[in-house]
Amino acid sequence: MQAYDLNKNHIVTPPGEIALSTNQLQVNYGNSKQASMVNASLSFPRFQITALIGASGSGKSTYLRSLNRMNDRIATVHGEIMYHNTNINSPKVNVYEVRKHIGMVFQKPNPFAKSITENITFALKAAGITNRQELRQRVETSLKEAALWDEVKDDLNKSALALSGGQQQRLCIARSIAMKPDILLLDEPASALDPISTAKLEVTLKELAKNYTIIIVTHNMQQASRVSSYTAFFHLGHVIEYDQTETIFQTPTIQATHDYVTGNFG
Amino acid sequence: MDDIQKKLASPSKASHEDIVGRIISYSCIAAIIILVISILYFITSRGLATFLTDHVNLWQFLTGKDWNPGSLNAQGKPQVGALPMIVTSFSVTILSALVATPFAIAVALFMTDIAPKSGTKFLQPVIELLVGIPSVVYGFIGLTVVVPVIRNLFGGTGAGILAGTIVLFVMVLPTITSLAVDALRAVPAYFRSASLALGATRFQTIYKVLLRAAMPRLLTAVIFGMARAFGEALAVQMVIGNAVLMPRNLITPTSTLTSQLTTNIGNTIMGTLPNNALWSLALILLLMSLVFNLLVRYIGKRGEIKS
Amino acid sequence: MTPNQTDRLATRFIQFLVLIVVLILLFLLGDIIISGLPHISWHFLTSPASSFSAGGGIRDQLFNSLYLLVLTLIISFPLALGSAIYLSEYAGDNWFTSLIRTAIEVLSSLPSVVVGLFGYLLFVIEFHLGFSILSGAIALTFFNLPLLIRSIEGSLHAVPNSQREAGIALGLSNWRTIRGILLPMALPGILTGIILSAGRIFGEAAALIYTAGQSAPILDYTNWNPTASSSFLNPMRPAETLAVHIWKVNTEGVTPDAVSISAGSSAVLIIIILLFNFGARAIGNRMYKKMTGGK
Repeated sequence: MQAYDLNKNHIVTPPGEIALSTNQLQVNYGNSKQASMVNASLSFPRFQITALIGASGSGKSTYLRSLNRMNDRIATVHGEIMYHNTNINSPKVNVYEVRKHIGMVFQKPNPFAKSITENITFALKAAGITNRQELRQRVETSLKEAALWDEVKDDLNKSALALSGGQQQRLCIARSIAMKPDILLLDEPASALDPISTAKLEVTLKELAKNYTIIIVTHNMQQASRVSSYTAFFHLGHVIEYDQTETIFQTPTIQATHDYVTGNFG
Repeated sequence: MDDIQKKLASPSKASHEDIVGRIISYSCIAAIIILVISILYFITSRGLATFLTDHVNLWQFLTGKDWNPGSLNAQGKPQVGALPMIVTSFSVTILSALVATPFAIAVALFMTDIAPKSGTKFLQPVIELLVGIPSVVYGFIGLTVVVPVIRNLFGGTGAGILAGTIVLFVMVLPTITSLAVDALRAVPAYFRSASLALGATRFQTIYKVLLRAAMPRLLTAVIFGMARAFGEALAVQMVIGNAVLMPRNLITPTSTLTSQLTTNIGNTIMGTLPNNALWSLALILLLMSLVFNLLVRYIGKRGEIKS
Repeated sequence: MTPNQTDRLATRFIQFLVLIVVLILLFLLGDIIISGLPHISWHFLTSPASSFSAGGGIRDQLFNSLYLLVLTLIISFPLALGSAIYLSEYAGDNWFTSLIRTAIEVLSSLPSVVVGLFGYLLFVIEFHLGFSILSGAIALTFFNLPLLIRSIEGSLHAVPNSQREAGIALGLSNWRTIRGILLPMALPGILTGIILSAGRIFGEAAALIYTAGQSAPILDYTNWNPTASSSFLNPMRPAETLAVHIWKVNTEGVTPDAVSISAGSSAVLIIIILLFNFGARAIGNRMYKKMTGGK
C-alpha cells in the first residue's frame, strides 16, 4: 500500500446549524496502546446526510459507534463530543438519554425475537409511554417513515424474524425513529442487503433526512455520492478529508482521497 | 439550558433500573462467594479440631492403621489412623479411572472419528443416560448384582475394592467420555487432514496425531473422573463392606473416606474426638477436591502453551 | 503386520469397547426396569413405607422428593439467575471475575457428601433447623448452583451480541435489555438446564442423609397448614426422599422386602429422571422453534 501522509488533511466546517460535532476524538480498544482512531474533529450539519467512507480498518465504524457511546464497554474514548452544548463523552452524562436522542442502526439487521409491533413498542414502553393510542400511533408513523407500513400493516403481530432482510433493516430504522431521536447513526446499513432493498433503503434515507440528521458509514462510494451532502474520508484511523460530497468525489484536495474515490487506492 | 441539555445531565428511569440490576446480580454473586468461603472455613475448622483440640499427631493420623476413635490404644493414645481409608479411597479412584479411561477414549473416538454422525446420534443419549442414573441406583445394582457375582467367584463377602471399582468404573465412564469427546473435537480438522494426506492410516492418525494433540485435555478428563470417584459416597458405601481395615486384597471388606463419613457421622456426638476425627476425613476430601481442581488448571495451562 | 492391518484391528478393538459400554447401559436399564417394574403397583405408589414388615410403599418418599425438588428450585433458581447474569453481562475481564469463577468451580467439584455435611453443620446444628426439608433444600441448592449457573450463563452467552446492541442503542438500560430481550431469547436453554438439574436433584441422596434426614413421619395430606407438624407442606419436618429410601433400606437391613422395594423405587426414580431428560429436550426444541418464528 502506498504510504500517505496521515497528518495532511483538509477538513471544512459546514455552514448553518451544526447538530453534532467532535473535537480531537481518540479511541483505544481494550487495553491497547495503539489508538484505532486519532484526533477526529468533525461537525455534522443538521438535517443533512453525512457519509463516512474509507477502507475497512480505517476507523469509520469505530468513530461512528463512539458518537452515541456504544463503545463504552469495549474501548476508551478521549476527546469531546458536543451535542446541545454538552460534552456527551463525559461519564457524568446520562448515557441512556444520549442514545435516545442519537439512535443507531447496525450493519446486520437485528430485530428482536418479538412481533413487529412489539419491536417498536418495547423501548417506548420502557421509556414510560403507556397510552395505547399513542403507542399505536407511533408504530404507524415510524413504519410509514421507514417505508415499511404498506408491506406489514396487515400482520403487525407477525414475528419480526419472518420478514425479509431488507424489511428487517427498515424495521430496525422504524424502531429507532419511533424513539423520536434527533440524530440517526447508520453503520453500513445496506451491506447485508440485495441491490433492490438497498435502492429502497436509500430512497427512505433521503426522505428521513428532512426530519433527522443522518450520519452513515458506507464502503460503497456510489451510495455515499447518491445519498449524502457531506462526506468524510477516513484512512488508518485518521480523518483525511471532509467536505461537500461533490467536492470529495470530483475535486478532492488530498491525494489519498483522490486515489480512493477513483479506485487507485492500495 | 434547553430541555435536552437538562435531560442529558440528570439521571433517568433507565439509570435507576441499571442500579437495581447491578444490586441484584452483585448480591447473588456475593452470596455465592460467602457460601464457598463458609464451606471452606467450617469444614476446615471442624477438621482441624482433631489436631488442635484433641492434640492428635497429624503424621499418626495419616499413617496410622488402626481406626477406633472411641477407645485408646496401649499407649493411652486415641486410635485415629486414617491410612486404611486413605489407601482404599485412592485405590478405588485410581483403579476405576484406569479401567474407565480406555473405554471412555474408545467411545469418544468412535463419536468423533470413526462414525461421527451415527456414533454421536446413538452414543450421546447412552452417555447422558449413564450420567442421569442416580448413585444410589448404581449402589443398589452393585449390591444386588456385582457383590454376589464376586462372592460366587472368589468367596468371602464379595464386598471390597473390586466391587467398589466396578461400580465407580461405570459411574465415571460418562464423565470421562463426554470430556474426552470435547478434547478430541477441539483438535483442529487440519491436523487430521494433514496426517491422512501424508498417507497415514486412520489408526496412525489417531494414535500419533490426535491423541497427542488432545493429551492435556484428555488428562483433564481423567482427573475430573477421578475427582468424581474420590468424592462418591453412597454407591461405594453400599458395596465396599465398611470395615475399617487395611485392604489386603481387592475382595476384603474395607472402607473409603466417604463411606466412613456417611456411615458414622450420625452415630457420633458433636465435639467429641470420634466426631472430630470424621470431620478430619471430610477435610481430606475437601483438600483432595481442591488438589484435583489445581491439577486440572495446571494441565490446562501447560496444554495451552504447547499448542 | 502392515499399517492397514493394524488400522483394521484397532478399529475393531474400538468398536468392541464401544459395544461393551452399550451393553453395560442396556444391562443397567434392563436390570432396573425388569426387576423393578413388577413391584410397581398402585398400592406401592400410594401407601406409606413400613420399616419392619414387608409390603410397604413409597408414597411419602415420592412426595418428599418432589416437594424438595420444588423448594430447591425456588431457592436456587433466582440465585443462579442473578449470578449467571452477573457473569455473562456485567463481569469484566479482571481478577475479581476469575476469583468468582474459581469459587464456582470449587463449589462444583466438592463431593456432594461434603456439601451435605456442611449443610448439616450449619443449618441442622448451628441454626437449629433440625433434620428438615428446608435444610435439605438449602444443601441441594449448594450442590445445584454451579450446574445451574453454568447452564444459564451458557444460554445467555448464546444470544447474539447484536441483540444487546439493539437494546442499548435504543436507550434502554442494560437491565431492561437483559430482562426484556436477552432472557426471553435464552429461555429455551434456561428451561432445559433447569429440567436437567431437576433430574440430578431428584436422584441425589448423599447431600440429604444428614440434612433432610432419614425418617418419614406420617403425613396428613389433608392438612394444608404449612406450620402444622403433620402437614405435608410443613418445610420444617424431616423428610426421607426416594433416593435416600433406597439407600436406607439397603444399608439398615431391617426391612424384609428391601430388595424388591429398592428395585421398585429405583425403577420409579429412573423413569422420572428419563421423563425429565426427554421433557427437557422436547421443551427446548419446541420453544426454540416457536421463538425463531419457524412455526
